[in-house]
Amino acid sequence: MQIEKRSRAAVVCLLCYFALPFLTRAANPPDAPPVILIQNATILTVSHGTIEHGSILIKDGKIAEVGTSIKAPKDAQVLDAAGQFVIPGIIDCHSHIAVDGSVNEGSVSVSSIVNIADVLNPDDIDIYRDLAGGVTVANVLHGSANSIGGQTVVIKLRWGLPASKLPFEGAVPGIKFALGENPKRSNFSIPGSTPRYPATRMGVEETIRTAFAEARDYKKTWDDYDKRMAGGDKKAIPPRRDLRLDPLVEVLEGKRYVHSHCYREDEILMLLRVAKEFGFKVRTFQHVLEGYKVADEIAAAGTGASTFSDWWAYKVEAYDAIPYNAAIMTRRGVIVSINSDDAEEATHLNQEAAKTMKYGGLTHDEALKLVTLNPAIQLGIDKRVGSIDVGKDADLVIYNHDPLSAYAVVQETLIDGRVYFDRKRDISERDAREKEKKVLMEKEKKAEEKKSGDKKPGEGKPVAGKPEDKPKPPQSNAVSRGAL
Amino acid sequence: MKSIIWMARTVAMILATCCFCLNASAQSQPPSTYALTHAKIFTLAGAPIEDGTLVIKDGKIAAVGANVEVPAGAQVIDAKGLQIYPGLFDPVTQMGLSEISAVNATVDSTETGPYNPDVVAATAVSPSSEHIPVTRASGITEVLTVPDSGGFDSGGARGVIGGQASAIHLSGWTINDMLIKKSVAMVISWPVIETRTFDFATFSRKEKPFTEAKQEYEKQVNELTDYLERARHYAQAMGHGGPSDFHRDLKLEALAPVVRGQLPVLVFANRARDIRNAVEFCDKQKLKMILAGGEEAYKVKDLLRSKGIPVILRPMLSLPMDEDDAYDRLLSQPAELAAAGVKFAFGSFDNSFARRLGQQAANAVAYGLPYDEALKAVTVYPAEIFGVADQVGTLQTGKVANIIVTNGDPLELTTEVKFLFIKGQRTPLDNRHQRLYEKYLNRPKAAN
Repeated sequence: MQIEKRSRAAVVCLLCYFALPFLTRAANPPDAPPVILIQNATILTVSHGTIEHGSILIKDGKIAEVGTSIKAPKDAQVLDAAGQFVIPGIIDCHSHIAVDGSVNEGSVSVSSIVNIADVLNPDDIDIYRDLAGGVTVANVLHGSANSIGGQTVVIKLRWGLPASKLPFEGAVPGIKFALGENPKRSNFSIPGSTPRYPATRMGVEETIRTAFAEARDYKKTWDDYDKRMAGGDKKAIPPRRDLRLDPLVEVLEGKRYVHSHCYREDEILMLLRVAKEFGFKVRTFQHVLEGYKVADEIAAAGTGASTFSDWWAYKVEAYDAIPYNAAIMTRRGVIVSINSDDAEEATHLNQEAAKTMKYGGLTHDEALKLVTLNPAIQLGIDKRVGSIDVGKDADLVIYNHDPLSAYAVVQETLIDGRVYFDRKRDISERDAREKEKKVLMEKEKKAEEKKSGDKKPGEGKPVAGKPEDKPKPPQSNAVSRGAL
Repeated sequence: MKSIIWMARTVAMILATCCFCLNASAQSQPPSTYALTHAKIFTLAGAPIEDGTLVIKDGKIAAVGANVEVPAGAQVIDAKGLQIYPGLFDPVTQMGLSEISAVNATVDSTETGPYNPDVVAATAVSPSSEHIPVTRASGITEVLTVPDSGGFDSGGARGVIGGQASAIHLSGWTINDMLIKKSVAMVISWPVIETRTFDFATFSRKEKPFTEAKQEYEKQVNELTDYLERARHYAQAMGHGGPSDFHRDLKLEALAPVVRGQLPVLVFANRARDIRNAVEFCDKQKLKMILAGGEEAYKVKDLLRSKGIPVILRPMLSLPMDEDDAYDRLLSQPAELAAAGVKFAFGSFDNSFARRLGQQAANAVAYGLPYDEALKAVTVYPAEIFGVADQVGTLQTGKVANIIVTNGDPLELTTEVKFLFIKGQRTPLDNRHQRLYEKYLNRPKAAN
């Protein structure tokens, strides 16, 4: 079965049924040389223009210096980037990579109890693929099956490190909301199943309002309790914790960002009204394909918009989607980013951003911001990443061409000053990986033959190999799904 | 009272007559002769022409070259600083057959049942589809609209013989204006051995043992073999005039040109094993095969070259098939195929993503494909592969004037199409997206 890209957004939950967790092991994380100097590059700082023949000095994972006349300190590893372009690492404000299993807890309309951080899979090969596309940070979200979805986490694509090392330190956690066709399950009727509330956009609003009305009451019980405790009341009994409402209280307290999937203008305004009613902020609208129709309202609310470059017509609510969306919203004062929602799309977000120069006439700088500084602002991490400035994390991408071109290829991707992706190294290791795969498959085949050759039942256990027969831990992603 | 009604009727009649007059005067014929001057012309049938002129007359290219005279009465477009190319050709789309893929009522791309050789794409093409002007604005002037060519439209189910693909111009009042060729290929979805499937009826994943999946596969291939065998007998009977009480079978009749080797089969397959099986099958059945999909075509490139089987590559803008494939496996495949001498074209396999066709070709260049090959793979190669190169694909005298005038490389993301001609007619570039853009760009500032 072929599922083309346009339907990916619509069937993101469906795809998960296919995504089996195959065994892979990420490469060992690269060493971090304490000092790196990238020199002779065209540096697109995003924050303060372009520097020709520029250098970037990296110390302890941070950008220590940016300029044209930096001398290589002793012991510095020098990356000569003559003829190449350096940009800040790409930040994908809407990703589903590195998630073990389904991204939707679709059984309930309010699933704030679940958390992506609990199911991060550091061995997901899509981390490496996206890294090879220049992505260094991703906002990993649940699917859009629920009006109020699960808790989200911002990660750095530190391929090779364990799950505990992926989350972006100090990034404000988020929660996924979803409006429109997906939470009302318009395109997902499962034969024989009872329709789930909500089934209309009216119901979506009431689902969210009801949840926040509860959250507010719940918060009050805790506030009262805290007050009594503070007043020295030793008889005060703590309220029963509600794991479903805790994250919503955090939203009310501004400690958790709301990232809301949406398409149509009416539902965008609906959520802004609800947010106002309950006194919270919507941090970003995601997809927001009709955002261009209500750009002033979004700008006035101070909400960010993270959209697609040119997806449209895969469902009714995407029929008015236009590739000029990012440009119009930008012109009306909205902080806009272009996201992927898809592991493959993420590998060329630089190209997707470039399209806004054609559709709506954004400048080169504005276009580049859509996948760097703007998503950093939206995720509240712009003090750390999003531009090439002294003091920021050394999350950088080196291209062989202007990155806003279909001809640009990522050569290296750095996170925290470590080279996590190196195209030359990737290519040079391919033969060895291929050989390793063959050896493993041969072993597997032999084991299978041995197994089927055993006549007595119960004796088909795999034969423990001699120590020297044990396959070495793979150095990379070179383990075929067939082999293990 | 009566007189009022009479008066109203009279007024209405007069108004109607006026409208008719206006309408009639609006029907004046557009110019039939154009001269595009001072452009850099990429004919794709020779070296680029600097400061060249291209003359369009009566829908065809009348002249192209550096020293071409502008005919009297021609509408002249000074294309100084601009570049002229043949319009791009997307060889696998569901153009006009599918509007909003999630809404069944708007989708006519996939018929039910496994064998539908008699259904023809051109029959159900909606000339008013919003996809047509949107796609056109990206420089695509003609496409193949292909039944059963995948996508979510199919609800996950695909037939075996999907129907006939049609080659169409992306402009026309009716399908009659649009047709390049009604039937250019018979679609076959090569059966695959699938151990993991998704059951839409229960919305759940199904696993089955390999042996069972293989048996199912073999059963499908046997059925297909039988079907073609019947078609062959039928075609023979047709050839002999048949008995007087000849009962027509439209499905078998539609397959007659296929079994005679006149109409190629467009076979969808991606895995090397499936491609190999399909090639072997078509070889045995003496079918003229064109491969569609071909994600693992690189693994069987020598076979494809030796059999002269061209490939329509599905979008590289999708991830490699296997986890341990090189991350750029699909991106570097076109260069590898070109080096091996396999002929191929790029296809979007879609409607809403058709405008990414140039991006796809450019990405292949970034990963090693020579630029000229990339350009040909979205123009002249698809035309040759589907047997319509006598009409479109290059800028040569006598060919249909499907032409784009751009401000740069037509494969680059930021390049704009400035003028577009289909069948020699200057064709508007505005579309649903452009209109919505202009409307909302001009929305007065909202009072908050």
